[in-house]
Amino acid sequence: MDQLFSLIEKIKQKSVYYLIPIGIFVLIFPQLTDNQYVLHVSIRILIYMLLASSLNMIVGYTGQYNIGQAGFYAIGAYTAAIIATRAGYSFLLILPICGILAASMSVFLGFPTLRLRGIFFAFTTLGFSEVVRLTILNWRTLTRGTFGIPGIPLPEIVNFQVSTNNHFYYLGLFLLVIMLFISHRLINSRIGRAWVAIREDEDAAKAMGVETFKYKMINLMYGTFWAGIAGGFFAYFAGYVSADSFILDESFAILAMVLVGGKGTLVGPIVGAIILTILPELVREIARYRLVIFGIAILVMVHYRPQGIAGARAEGRRIAVESEYEAGTAEPVTETSGKGS
Amino acid sequence: MEAILRTENICKYFGGLKAVQEVNIEVEKGIILGIIGPNGAGKTTLFNVLTGTYNSTKGKVYFKDRNITNLKPEKVTGLGIARTFQNIKLFKNMSVLDNVKIGFHTQTKTRMIDAIFRTATYKNDDRICEEVGMELIERVGLKDLKDEFASNLAYGNQRKLEIARALAVNPDILLVDEPTAGMNHTETLAVVKLLEKLNSEGLTVIIIEHDMSVIMNLCHNIVVLNHGQKISEGPPEMVRHDEKVIEAYLGREE
Repeated sequence: MDQLFSLIEKIKQKSVYYLIPIGIFVLIFPQLTDNQYVLHVSIRILIYMLLASSLNMIVGYTGQYNIGQAGFYAIGAYTAAIIATRAGYSFLLILPICGILAASMSVFLGFPTLRLRGIFFAFTTLGFSEVVRLTILNWRTLTRGTFGIPGIPLPEIVNFQVSTNNHFYYLGLFLLVIMLFISHRLINSRIGRAWVAIREDEDAAKAMGVETFKYKMINLMYGTFWAGIAGGFFAYFAGYVSADSFILDESFAILAMVLVGGKGTLVGPIVGAIILTILPELVREIARYRLVIFGIAILVMVHYRPQGIAGARAEGRRIAVESEYEAGTAEPVTETSGKGS
Repeated sequence: MEAILRTENICKYFGGLKAVQEVNIEVEKGIILGIIGPNGAGKTTLFNVLTGTYNSTKGKVYFKDRNITNLKPEKVTGLGIARTFQNIKLFKNMSVLDNVKIGFHTQTKTRMIDAIFRTATYKNDDRICEEVGMELIERVGLKDLKDEFASNLAYGNQRKLEIARALAVNPDILLVDEPTAGMNHTETLAVVKLLEKLNSEGLTVIIIEHDMSVIMNLCHNIVVLNHGQKISEGPPEMVRHDEKVIEAYLGREE
């Protein structure tokens, strides 16, 4: 286990060199294979990357344990499905609406609950996602209840018909890159610093003049916005939505990806999404034990590497510094022994 | 002299426990005020009430003649009152420089749109944070450690970083809660010098401290608390010989 992690550390140190080949590979990937199954899984991975990254903005950067991200994912998906099948607006108009609607629902959730800390906030988000699912199941006139909504038309972007898996792959990749780009810029700004400060110590953040409630709200809206976008994209990709796609398991899966990959880093959820989507695909027989695998993965990570695969938090570094101190105290001894010989 | 901060019969009760009782203090602009008292005298509670961390039970707090009683801590900070914490509250998994950068929050205006498109506002804010932040870090002597995680700093350095972070707020008045606790003599001296220097530049300082040599050397005025009540007030020489103070610290002779 330790060897594996030291290998990861080595890879991380040289991550810049890997970035270019990985980027090229990701770009030409659909050209390399005609296997529709592989492409289909890749697109699902992209959706999970988007979802895990969106949740990571909330859990990883502001430290608000939102475990109901599937609720916002569902809002996005159903928004796209309903508007596309009934009103027939264009994809470019509908997709942002998915995000905006998810974000505005998060205001309803956030206003009464963002003052709660830790586990209490987690519980309410969990409840919220169930409320969304049950609303979908029971509001039959709008959502067709258990039947789901089929026949979502393929998206059209300025006269270009997105139809093949290849197209969807590039569309998903584009959304992910935009999301990561914007997130990167936000994190390295006053706003992102305020988010991290809230995660680290909310009282100290207040003492520094950070309006914590406001920034937690902005953060929740930002994270859920992208969950809504992911939902909209999913609806178009699948062509059919039903409440079964947004059960609690989905929330847990997304959270597992963030935790296993490494919260509080942009790369972490990406790595987590890849691993936890491919793992159940590789061993089809155990796919129904998906959540068991996720649970074990989280336990293993928490025990061996609490910061996640890609995470580099102080826990790891503190150990390094302590061993330096030990080396420091050991130094005089070696010096005297050196003089003796 | 003009009082920059004053309280009127400020009280803070926790249920039946009267942590702060009817305390009146007046802090003149440009002085260093020491708050001393035995453990549990209500010193830190008073700080928490002044900065809005606790809501007061009774009484009023005025800052520059403006009523700031029970204002939220983030608002109080925005007006120009910065503080450090007795039990260090740094942003542990952030670099030293990033810790200080948070202090500029109230003075910078970057919105989401500015951050995404890196507008002039963003660049300007970023420059201020970077430049002034580095100056402050240099001032407290942590320049070489600017990229280190705050949690990796030695105890004394963590206290210095807290001061640097509070200074980033660009306060008119700085409240420091036991800034030299856990420091050795040299480090203590450095902090005392720093506070003196800041004061000579016009910063008003309120300091809670147990190290009497620090208090006696540094402060222009001292307030003594015991059991939540003010028992004495005045210049160091006077307070030092006050019967009530000696009694509070050493107990009464039977």
